[in-house]
Amino acid sequence: MRPEMLVYAALVLVSAALLIAFVRVVRGPTLPDRVVAVDLIGVCAAGLSVLGAAVSGQRGFLDAAVVIALLGFLGTVAYARYAEKESLK
Amino acid sequence: MTSLILRTGARVLMPLLLLFGVFLLLRGHNEPGGGFVGGLVVAAAYALHSFAFGVAAARRALLVSPRRLTASGLLLALGSGLLGPAGGKEFLASLWPAPEMGIGTPLLFDLGVFLVVIGVVLTMTFTLFEEL
Repeated sequence: MRPEMLVYAALVLVSAALLIAFVRVVRGPTLPDRVVAVDLIGVCAAGLSVLGAAVSGQRGFLDAAVVIALLGFLGTVAYARYAEKESLK
Repeated sequence: MTSLILRTGARVLMPLLLLFGVFLLLRGHNEPGGGFVGGLVVAAAYALHSFAFGVAAARRALLVSPRRLTASGLLLALGSGLLGPAGGKEFLASLWPAPEMGIGTPLLFDLGVFLVVIGVVLTMTFTLFEEL
């Protein structure tokens, strides 16, 4: 078993996690379900980006991963504020 | 309304984001990055600050108004283009006084783009957030 096989297996698994999170975004009965699923999609995207850097050897993917990891929660915070405002009404 | 976790997190993340934005700006000549992406990251840092501490505090932390940032960025980009004719070349021609350090008029132009992106994005964000 070669080490590259592990990277490809991780790519498949993270992609599957992203797809499942997407199903939750579409089906999620309430707003918090969807928000958490969108946050999970961001985490999966950062992971995919790092794995892409490992597969292709392009260092630019790592910067994209850093940006996604640093900013991914910003949308979640915005949604949280929106949900708070809506529940106060 | 205000969360202690968010405030503490913003205090840690803000310098990281600002540093990464400037890093993207300075590295953007031959590798991924540049003024636009760096400006977006810095604008996101101030948007985070306004989420955590309010828009008024974010405006104070920015020191100058976003509109002024946009204008000065446009002027800087235009000025970097006019340096070409001043040096006997065409408009927007690249001049490299210190090529081994990567310092030249493209860096000035990129700095202008950086300031314009910060100004425009923060104008939109702050206006939207004040109306919310």
